[in-house]
Amino acid sequence: MSDAPYLSLEKLTLAYGDTVAVANLDLPIRKGELVALLGPSGCGKTTTMRAIAGLLPVKSGHVRLDGADITRVPANKRAVGLVFQSYALFPHLSVYENVAFGLKLKGMRGTGLDAKVRSGLTSVGLSSFANRKPAELSGGQQQRVALARSMVMEPKVLLLDEPLSNLDARLRLEMRTELQRVQKETGVTMIFVTHDQAEALALADRIVVMKNGKIEQIGSPEDIYNRPTSSFVADFVGFENIFPIEQGKMKTSSGLIDLSGPAPSAAGLAWRPRMVTLGSGPFRGTVRGTSFAGDSREYLLDTPFGPIKAEVEASQPAHALGSDLSFDLPAEKAAPLSRFA
Amino acid sequence: MSARSLFIPLTLFLVLGFLIGPFLIIVAASFSGGETLAFPPQGFSLRWILKVFTVESFRASFGMSMFLAIGGTAAALMLGIPASYALSRYKLPGAEIVRTVVSAPIIVPGIIVGLALLRYIVVPFQVGITPALFLAHTALVLPYAVRVVSASLDNLRSDIEEAAVLLGSSRLGAFFRVVMPNIRGGILSAFILGFVTSFNQVPVSLFLSGPGVRTLPIDMIAYMEIVFDPSVAALSSLLAFLSIGIVFAAERFLGFSRYV
Repeated sequence: MSDAPYLSLEKLTLAYGDTVAVANLDLPIRKGELVALLGPSGCGKTTTMRAIAGLLPVKSGHVRLDGADITRVPANKRAVGLVFQSYALFPHLSVYENVAFGLKLKGMRGTGLDAKVRSGLTSVGLSSFANRKPAELSGGQQQRVALARSMVMEPKVLLLDEPLSNLDARLRLEMRTELQRVQKETGVTMIFVTHDQAEALALADRIVVMKNGKIEQIGSPEDIYNRPTSSFVADFVGFENIFPIEQGKMKTSSGLIDLSGPAPSAAGLAWRPRMVTLGSGPFRGTVRGTSFAGDSREYLLDTPFGPIKAEVEASQPAHALGSDLSFDLPAEKAAPLSRFA
Repeated sequence: MSARSLFIPLTLFLVLGFLIGPFLIIVAASFSGGETLAFPPQGFSLRWILKVFTVESFRASFGMSMFLAIGGTAAALMLGIPASYALSRYKLPGAEIVRTVVSAPIIVPGIIVGLALLRYIVVPFQVGITPALFLAHTALVLPYAVRVVSASLDNLRSDIEEAAVLLGSSRLGAFFRVVMPNIRGGILSAFILGFVTSFNQVPVSLFLSGPGVRTLPIDMIAYMEIVFDPSVAALSSLLAFLSIGIVFAAERFLGFSRYV
């Protein structure tokens, strides 16, 4: 793994007609990285992925791959693989023929082709399904065929569109392990698109959070999860109590509130529900809702500065609806946000 | 049984009789031993069925009808498949207008289409009889080709074409490698529907037929004006069984009714 970018998007602008979907995006990706493009629908993550694949023309900017400018290289000459969300297997061809499709177009024939297809199917554990039609496979199996079909082409970059979203919980874990294994064994650079933060956190080396066609934050899963830098990212990864900071005080609907500890210098502070201290502190709130989640119990508090979500261990005594509690938002526990929008 | 419970079976019987009756009468008449087209048939013989094959003009017009049905339908598919593809895959301005214009020959009565073609195309441009018939049959079959092929294209995911491109195929190659094989059933159904439509076409052909060049249905009308023997009934029966055979085979092997 070298530090020079293997795939880089430079000042990339993408548009559908006059509607700009991605504006001026810069993103360097190292060889062998597993990167997640994370964001809500409409944030431009899929658009960006389609541009890397060459399925969407670039309005301005550049896409460089392995030292070459591929901005104007057609999709069929890019050596970029894509596993579609719907898998997009060819329904009229057997599993074997699906995997052989691209290799045949490369001119491979005979025993060389056969060996390659067989090893591709074996690597995803589907060698005994070679003669089945896609319609005779489960969703998880179809996805593994789609993965093998792309991987036998030895792509420089493998793109995956929402790779886990169509699978049930058990298959998700299986596929996640599978993707990490393929990535480790082949060293292929992988980029996947997802709207599910848990998926991105579990799978990626690096996460790119996108919003409205722009990059909101890039970081390791730990960075994104523990140190969001904007209110958008904080909200996206589960910080449910977010407030802007003005003159060192927390700005709420009932004015500026002093926080315990030294005055924060950030533009905003964010607390996960379990960072809220319940039962002691300078503020008071009324329990408006409660839900039990096995290990923990969540409370929704009505407070002078709006609703606050708090989470405490289930072993603590439960508070009844309507009870009046004191609580604290400890500034030292909060994630400081440099941007508040 | 009360009058009420008899009503539905009786109605059903009458409707079926009305639909199938004439066909049964024709079939019965074609095995007649008599000299004129009559029902009930007088005696039983195969001689009118055998006579059909000896009438020179029937052979020529059968050839013409086959040529128009096969050639016209093939031409309509060559125009209709790309048109259907464009209509189903791209959001084109005016796509709905194109759809409506393409479907017009289904809605506009054949007699008007025939007259219009004769008055405004064939006569002013001195188009020959055979080319005129060919063009007319192509136009008449086109709506069926577009409708049936569109239906099967709409059922096919479009991302498989992108998948094929990313595996190294050109756009056009992707169409032939992954689109065509998956709409083959629709294309064959459109061909059969077009073939039957063209073969049974009367009003348009009536206007465009000319000296020495006729389609089979027009020739049968002309024959009946001169000779009123059961051979026309015999020919009709043969054609009906041919159509039934084709549609039955299509349904059996292609699931024809899914597309129509």
